[in-house]
Amino acid sequence: MNYEVVIGLEIHLELQTISKLFCGCSTAFDREPNTNCCPVCLGLPGSLPVFNKRAIELAVIAALALNSEVQRGSRFDRKNYFYPDLPKAYQVSQYDRPLARGGYLEFEADSGVRRVGLERVHLEEEAGKLQHAGNSIYQAEYSLVDYNRAGIPLLEIVTAPQIHSGREARAFLENLRLTMLYAGVSDCKMEEGSLRCDANISLRPPGSDRFGTKAEVKNMNSFRSVEMALDYEVGRQAKLLDAGSIVVQETCHWDEVNKRTISLRDKEESSDYRYFPEPDLMPLQLNNSFIEKLAEKMPELPRQRLQRLLEQYGLDKEAAVLLTANPGLSNLFEETAGIYGRYKDLANWIQGDLLYQLREQGKEPVEINPNQLAELLKLLDEGVINRPVAKELLSEMVQRGLSPKKLVEDRGLTMISGPQKLVPLVEQVIADNPEAVESYQKGKKKVIGFLLGKVMDLTGGRADPGEINRILKDKLKD
Amino acid sequence: MGIDFNREVDRVARLARLSLDPDEKKHMADQLSDILETARRIQELDTSGIEPTSHVINIPVAMREDEVKPSLPLSKVLQNAPRRENDYVKVPRVTPPASNEEGK
Ligand SMILES: [Zn+2]
Repeated sequence: MNYEVVIGLEIHLELQTISKLFCGCSTAFDREPNTNCCPVCLGLPGSLPVFNKRAIELAVIAALALNSEVQRGSRFDRKNYFYPDLPKAYQVSQYDRPLARGGYLEFEADSGVRRVGLERVHLEEEAGKLQHAGNSIYQAEYSLVDYNRAGIPLLEIVTAPQIHSGREARAFLENLRLTMLYAGVSDCKMEEGSLRCDANISLRPPGSDRFGTKAEVKNMNSFRSVEMALDYEVGRQAKLLDAGSIVVQETCHWDEVNKRTISLRDKEESSDYRYFPEPDLMPLQLNNSFIEKLAEKMPELPRQRLQRLLEQYGLDKEAAVLLTANPGLSNLFEETAGIYGRYKDLANWIQGDLLYQLREQGKEPVEINPNQLAELLKLLDEGVINRPVAKELLSEMVQRGLSPKKLVEDRGLTMISGPQKLVPLVEQVIADNPEAVESYQKGKKKVIGFLLGKVMDLTGGRADPGEINRILKDKLKD
Repeated sequence: MGIDFNREVDRVARLARLSLDPDEKKHMADQLSDILETARRIQELDTSGIEPTSHVINIPVAMREDEVKPSLPLSKVLQNAPRRENDYVKVPRVTPPASNEEGK
């Protein structure tokens, strides 16, 4: 039977502060275990939390970027549960008065612009990190805890149940990440856990206005696994419903190795967290000027950049979407476009050969000097070098930051062009290869490729093959 | 009053991972009953027209700049850990085994 798939996502982002939410401990990712801890983040008796102002600012910026309504008054609550990653046995979070309510994210989807609504955006503290001994969480005999992460500011974003497939969930998530990257609130690295996603998913007959029983899926560690896990859950739940069985409300883990979801524990009811107002933190009051100042300094967001790439530079949609999806590349594009006016050519080089070289050599776009890139393309435009040489120079430019102009001068890579230089070379090749010339004249026209290659060799690859081809044909007629 | 205090004590004890013997349970149930009775009497007060508050004082929230301060030395961090392995706190496995792993 056909079902309507209903998915809501819960996303957690670590905010880009250098110190934790309530204490001065460092948020650095790769420190020795349990060395970024103090009485506050370990929850030792007598310690008191003090807000990190930057964390509040970043949370507000994120909410504004998501069109979510920042609340003038919000409150922090204790969410009580016993799990060894929580040193205090409660997490400071926000329950019924979140930092921001509502909002939406718009993004470019297969079917045009898609808008997914948000329920809320709130601030909370990160938990510590558990390492399970054994092959997986199910086989572990014991766990090891590192509290370095405990207390890092964490933003929770909850979508409305408006997503209808694994593919759509992935597209939403990729665009959310991009928006948060542009807004500068988080580095959004799924592989390092600074961006995480849980999903609630249920099925219902098309047109029904009641939600089916939902399952919560956790442990999806990449955009790809979000899509796969949700597709798997759709199949699993559909099979149950088809068989006249019921879906049990539960929490599942995505098992990346076996590509399936595994039931983990019965879902704790929300009331079991026994939320109550955090007595150690006064309610958060944000005045208009605090919010307006942040709104004024809001960086350009992906949708705006996409629009600008299309209008200001006349790029085609595919190029504009690709550049927007990679902020580093689009920054490089714009910086170079300031000194090099053939925008489409520039975009082609950046998304083609340059991107290839960056990946190949493990470099970031920010390491590329826009002046050198413009220099290279100008040398090509002016006919000083040909395309193969340009590609070679690009590679060295990326690898060692060398000026293309200087490389051309040092190595004598200037293009060999014009009949004056090329005709003698063509004549020499014709003289040296009588057999090839003969078969060409007998009608084996393909042989010209062989002769062309010989001439190219003589120029050290520095001529325009088209020009040689014309001269060759001309000479072979005689 | 419709509250079964013994059951309520069981539930909270389970959530708090506490095991209580029958005497302790009885003791807790009596206390819980008293506390809720007090709360019930407070709720009889007429609070119409009074804005709800969650804190007894009303001062702006304190903020600090985003600056790194020294953390505790590792020896202090792990001082109270009942068990450790290398520089980690070692804890029993807390996630129950998959309940119906093969039943799907
Ligand atoms: Zn700390």
